[in-house]
Amino acid sequence: MRRKKPCAGSTTVAVTLAVFLLFFTLITLYLFAAKYWRPPDPITSFGREIDQQFARTFLITGIVFVLSQLALGWVVFRFRDTGGRATFSHGNTTMEVLWTLATLVLFVGLGIYAERAWAEVHFRGAAPGALQIEVQGQQFKWYFRYPGPDGKFGRTDAQYVKDSAQNFFGLDPNDPAGKDDIVTPVVAVPVNREVELILRSKDVTHSFFVRELRLKQDAVPGMLIHIHFTPMQVGQYEIACAELCGLGHHQMRSFLQVLSDADYQNWLREQAANQ
Amino acid sequence: MVTHDSGGAHAHHPPTAFIWKYIFSLDHKIIGIQYILLAVLSVFVGMFLSLLMRIHLAWPNAKLPFFEGGIMTPEQYLALMTMHGTIMVFMVLTTAPQSGFGNYFLPIQIGAADMAFPVINMLSFWTTFVSLVVLLAAFVVTGGAPLSGWTAYAPLSALGSVAGPGQGLGQTLWVVGLAIFCGASLMGALNFITTTIDLRTRGLSLLRMPLTVWAWFVTAILGLLAFGVLLAACILLLLDRTAGTSFFIPGGLVVSDVVQKNHSGGSPLLWQRLFWFFGHPEVYIAIVPGMGVISHVLSTFSRKPVFGYRAMVYAICGIGFLGFCVWGHHMFISGMSPYSAIAFSLLTMAIGVPSAIKTFNWLGTLWGGRIRFTSPMLFAIGFVSLFVTGGVSGLFLAQPSLDLYLHDGYFVVAHFHMIMGVASIFGIFTATYYWFPKMFGRMMDEGLGKLHFWITFLGVYAIFMPMHFLGMVGHPRRYPSGENFAFLGPLQGVHLFISIAAFITMAGQLIFLYNFFWSMKRGKKAEVNPWHATTLEWTVPSPPPHDNFAGRPPSVYRGPYEYAVPDAVEDYVPQHLAPEQVAKAK
Repeated sequence: MRRKKPCAGSTTVAVTLAVFLLFFTLITLYLFAAKYWRPPDPITSFGREIDQQFARTFLITGIVFVLSQLALGWVVFRFRDTGGRATFSHGNTTMEVLWTLATLVLFVGLGIYAERAWAEVHFRGAAPGALQIEVQGQQFKWYFRYPGPDGKFGRTDAQYVKDSAQNFFGLDPNDPAGKDDIVTPVVAVPVNREVELILRSKDVTHSFFVRELRLKQDAVPGMLIHIHFTPMQVGQYEIACAELCGLGHHQMRSFLQVLSDADYQNWLREQAANQ
Repeated sequence: MVTHDSGGAHAHHPPTAFIWKYIFSLDHKIIGIQYILLAVLSVFVGMFLSLLMRIHLAWPNAKLPFFEGGIMTPEQYLALMTMHGTIMVFMVLTTAPQSGFGNYFLPIQIGAADMAFPVINMLSFWTTFVSLVVLLAAFVVTGGAPLSGWTAYAPLSALGSVAGPGQGLGQTLWVVGLAIFCGASLMGALNFITTTIDLRTRGLSLLRMPLTVWAWFVTAILGLLAFGVLLAACILLLLDRTAGTSFFIPGGLVVSDVVQKNHSGGSPLLWQRLFWFFGHPEVYIAIVPGMGVISHVLSTFSRKPVFGYRAMVYAICGIGFLGFCVWGHHMFISGMSPYSAIAFSLLTMAIGVPSAIKTFNWLGTLWGGRIRFTSPMLFAIGFVSLFVTGGVSGLFLAQPSLDLYLHDGYFVVAHFHMIMGVASIFGIFTATYYWFPKMFGRMMDEGLGKLHFWITFLGVYAIFMPMHFLGMVGHPRRYPSGENFAFLGPLQGVHLFISIAAFITMAGQLIFLYNFFWSMKRGKKAEVNPWHATTLEWTVPSPPPHDNFAGRPPSVYRGPYEYAVPDAVEDYVPQHLAPEQVAKAK
C-alpha cells in the first residue's frame, strides 16, 4: 500500500478552524443568553407561556448547535491530514437509525409541546363579555373603533369612507347604531379585562404587532380576524405594522394604552366628546 | 447521420462560428458557463443593492449617488430591497447551483455526451436572460422598481400605481419577468429529469450516481412541480393588474381615499398559498444542489467514502417531498385556519430530521478521514457550520406560537439569509473552487482562495448573527429606518455593526472575482484529475472536448466514493476502472 506524506499546512488550518468554531460557539451562546436581547416583559399570561417555550426551544436547539459546531471543530482538527490513509467505511446503519429516531422524537416532540400556547390564542374564542374593539389598518395609520354605549358597531360601507371627513371606517350615517361609535387613533383598554380585537384592513394587508403582547396578526382586506388577550400590566406600548404595506410601512405606529378601570372610563368619555 | 450509441450520445459536430459556439451554443458546458456568468453578473448587482441599503440603514442621512438630492426615500429603499431579493433568489440561487454547475457536470458525471434536449437547453438559458432584462428594466421605467418585496403580497402587488410608486409598470415588469423565468425553469427541469433517467452510461445504476447528480435530479423534480404553480400565480396576478379580474382583490377596498369599484370577490390569501407552494420548495431548489456538492467535496478531501450514501439519498428525497407539505408555515399569522397551523408546524419540524441526518453523515464522512484543507474543502466545511446555524433557527420559526412574535422580523431575515442565502452561496463557492480546473483547464490560486474563505466565513457570521438579536428584540423587517419607534432607536448601533461587517465581506468578494478571472488566463495548468477524485468528470481532459467522451462513453463499475479502499495501491478507485484495471497492493 502506498503511504502518502501529509499535505503541507494542514495543522495550521485545522487548528485555526477548530479554534474559530470554539470561540464562535461560545460567543454566540453568550449573546443569545444575554439579557440585553430580551424583549420587554410580556403583559399577558399567554405571553409568559411563549417566553417559556422560547426558553425551552433555546435550550434544545442550543444543545444541538453547540454539539454540532464543536463536533465539526473537533473532527477537522483530529482528522486533519497527518499522512497515511483514511479509514475505509461506508457508514453505520445502527447509528443512522438511532439519530433519525432521536431527532424525530426531539424535534416533533418540541413542536407538539409548543401547540399549547398557540391553542390558547387561536382555538378558544374570547369569552362572551370581552371588550370588543375594531382595529383598522390603512396606508399608513391605525384606527380603532369602540361600539359606544349601545354596545353595537354601526354598519360600514366603502362608499362612505372619506379620510378628509374623518370617516375612516365608512360609517353609514343612516344607521342609528353607528351614531355613538367612537373612533380613535390610539387604543386604550382597561387592565385585567379580556379584550377582543376585530382586525380589518381598508386597502392592503397590514399586521398588528405589539411586542409586549407577544402577538402579531395580519389585518387582511376582505376578512374580519378576531384575536383576544387579557393585559395585566398598566402602561403604554407601541403598536407597529409588521406586514409590508407600502412606502410608509415603517411609520405605521400607534399605541396600546393599558389603563386602570377608572382611567379607562375617563379616557373613553373624553374620546366620545371629541367625535 | 446521427448515430446513437448505448450512452445516448448526440454526435453533433462542434460548430465553428463564434455565434453558434459561444452565444447560441447547444453544448451543455457552454450553457452552464453562460448561466454561471449570468449569476455572477446578477450577484454583483444584488450585492450592490444591499450595499446601498446597508449604507442607508447605518447612516440614514448619508448622501448617496444615483438618488435625487442624494437622499434615499423609503419607497426607494423598499424598491432596492424588492429587487435585491428577487435577483438573488431567482437569478443567483436558482441559476448558479442547478442550471450552471448542474448543466456543466450532470451529463459528464453520468457519462453522457450532452443533455437530452440541447436546443431546449439553449432556449432555457436565453429565456432566463430575457427574464433578467425584463426584471432589470423595472429600474428605469416611470415610478421605478416595485416595492412589494420578493413575495409580492396581494393586494399591494395587484392594485397598480394607486398602491404606491413602483406598483405601476415596475410591478408589471416584475410579474412578467418572473413568468418568463418560470418558463425557462420548467424547460430546464424537464431536461435535467430526462437526462438523468435516460442518458446514464453502462453500469451507472441510480445508487451509483454521485450525490451531486441525485441533488440535481431531485431539484429538477422540485422545479417542475413548483415553477408551474408560480407561473399560474403570476398569470393570475397579471390578469388582476391588467385585465380587471379579481383573483386576489376583495371588494370594498378604499385605497388613497378612492373606492376600488372594479374589483370584488378575490382572496389575498390565495396569492400567499400559491406563492408559498412554490416558495418553500424554492428554498430547497436553492440549497439541495449545494448539499450534493459539499457531500461530494467532503468525501474527496477527507479521502473517505461518503458516510451513509443511501441515507443521504433518502434524506435528499425526504427533504424534497416534505418541502411541498409545509407552505403554510409562512402563513401562521396570515389569518388562515389555526388548526392547519398544527399540521404545517409538525411537518416543518419533521424536515429537521432529514436535515439532521445529512449533518450527522457529513460529520461521519469527516470522521476517520485524512482531511486536506483545499479552498473547496474549506467552503464545504463552512457550509456544514452555516447549515447547522441556519437550521436551528428554523426550529424556532416552525412553532406557530413563537412565530407569533418572530414572524416578519429580523429573526426571519437572519434565518433565511443564513441557510438559503449564505449556505447556498457557500455551496456555489465550493463548486467553483472544486470544478474550476475542469472547466477552464487551470487551477485557481489557493492562497487567494483561503483568504477569500476566511473573510467570507467570518464576515457572513458577523453580518447575520446580530440580525437574530434584532429579531429577538422585536425589530420588524422591511423598515427603511427605525426612527419612528422608540424601541428601535437603541438598536442603531447593531445596524452600524452589521453594515461595517457587510462592507468588509463585500470587499472580500472582489478577491474572488480577481482570482476567478486571473486564474482563467494565468492559473497553473490543471491535470486531468488534480484532486485525485473518483467520478467521471475527472477522466476527461480539462476542459472537456465538445462531446465529452469523444464518442466513447465510459462504463461504470462501482459507487462514486471509493476512497481509501484497503487493497488498492492508490487511495482512490475511479468509477470507470474495471476491477482488473485496479492496481492491487501486494
